[in-house]
Amino acid sequence: MMSQAETSEKPQFIWTEFVIEASIRVLGFSTIGFVLLIFLFLLLEGVPVFWEVPLKNLFGTRWYPNFGYFGTLPLIFGSAFVTLTAIIIALPLGVLTAVFIREVAPEWLREILKPMVEVLAGIPSVVLGFFGMIVIAPLVRVIFNAPTGLTVFSGALVLAYMSLPTIISVAEDALDAVPKSYRDAALAMGATQWQTIWHVVVPAARSGIAMAVMLGMGRAIGETMAVMMVTGNAARMPLDLGSLFMPARTMTATIAAEMGEVARGGIHYHALFGIGIILFLLTFIINLAAALAIFRKQRRGGLR
Amino acid sequence: MSEPMEKIRVENLNFYYGDKPALEGISVPIQERQITALIGPSGCGKSTFLRCLNRMNDTIRGTRVEGHVLLDGVDIYARGTNVVDLRKRVGMVFQRPNPFPQTILDNVSFGPRMLGLAKNRKDVADIVEESLRGAALWDEVKDILKKDALSLSLGQQQRLCIARAIAVKPEVILMDEPCSALDPIATLQIEELMQSLRKDYTIVIVTHNMQQAARASNYTGFFWMGKLVEFAPTEAIFTRPSQRLTEEYVTGRAG
Repeated sequence: MMSQAETSEKPQFIWTEFVIEASIRVLGFSTIGFVLLIFLFLLLEGVPVFWEVPLKNLFGTRWYPNFGYFGTLPLIFGSAFVTLTAIIIALPLGVLTAVFIREVAPEWLREILKPMVEVLAGIPSVVLGFFGMIVIAPLVRVIFNAPTGLTVFSGALVLAYMSLPTIISVAEDALDAVPKSYRDAALAMGATQWQTIWHVVVPAARSGIAMAVMLGMGRAIGETMAVMMVTGNAARMPLDLGSLFMPARTMTATIAAEMGEVARGGIHYHALFGIGIILFLLTFIINLAAALAIFRKQRRGGLR
Repeated sequence: MSEPMEKIRVENLNFYYGDKPALEGISVPIQERQITALIGPSGCGKSTFLRCLNRMNDTIRGTRVEGHVLLDGVDIYARGTNVVDLRKRVGMVFQRPNPFPQTILDNVSFGPRMLGLAKNRKDVADIVEESLRGAALWDEVKDILKKDALSLSLGQQQRLCIARAIAVKPEVILMDEPCSALDPIATLQIEELMQSLRKDYTIVIVTHNMQQAARASNYTGFFWMGKLVEFAPTEAIFTRPSQRLTEEYVTGRAG
């Protein structure tokens, strides 16, 4: 029998502990491993397009893969146009909703609204796409007198709706982190509730709100199904404001629509993965910007 | 010295957090352009009382007030009182310095901008300079007005909060333990500042520091478990208190 001192110096080897620890470690590393493998796969399949197709063609304005035109610009612009329009719609709505839930609504209403927002996030995108196709697109066509309802604007509306839950909940957390002492100081000076919110609370939460917008944007730019169903999928350059009420095609919709029809290992196949790389880089940059916003906030003294 | 005027008269004030009484039957006169200190152990209700004077307790859910607080003879708890106007007249400085995370300039000009006291940039600049001079901070910050207020020392931040409060030209300034987060030198600066502010403002200060009350105030009220035990000129409270509890507290035997 071992003495007390010895057991504390040399812990007994316990099989179950070892197995549990090892499997947790393996699972943890495998997550990283899978991400790296996916990234590697994306690179392997996509990078060849950058020498198979001349760059002038690849960054041209015509996407007709069947005729050898692999211009990705209309797709990049299409994605950017739809996403930016969506954010322009979702930003004021999301921030105002967050302000309402956090600052204005009575407690009982807040308790109802918060879970409602989370339910909103759980609606499958294909359902929203269907809704967009059946309800929003005809409305857009009639109201704006467009030749078709499947337009950038319709897609942006659906995407705005989809990014709202993200924007609302992150912005709400940011507002929540603003200390009560700021509100007290403003109120004690004779500022009204609205002045306090707009001139003190919202500015104090601005880095968090910027992060909310970035995350909402990341959500919007990667969305595929709903966008494919309502934007009309015409790969044209959206260069003027009138294009808002014309069809466009996003990078995600292109990959999803064409991947089923390409020959594996062909130029078209590589081009689709090339688009995937570009998309990945864009989302990476957006998420990085969001992370930097958090980092800056922490450096400024945290959530004071 | 001419007989001071009564600025605030509190009559029979009761205050409740939910069902729990926090203040019982407080009646006290606050004299104009005098410094009134409120002392007492932690949790005795002195801060709660202070926040009754500009209705800051309204921002806490589930609180209730009974009784009257007369500001220049008008009850601030009467129906139809404009709380925003009230707080314009009765400003407040808090326990922890709480400047907004904005520039020094924006902090001081916040009140005047919100309340429409300044017509143009020149007015704003004038008010900012006047307020910062009033808070004895101008010489330290006049060249860094565009810097983040949070970059100042805590003592400077608290004087900035005082400047921000006097920028809207209140009649009364409530101070809730304004020195408790500060070092002795910064504390002394705030106390000196209070003496110069007394010329223009009625000051009510809550403090846990009896020496501070003795040094800096004209009148002192002693709170104990939600009741006002004694209220008298400061000198009387500290040299010949009429209540035994007061004597025991100010000599350090109770509390």
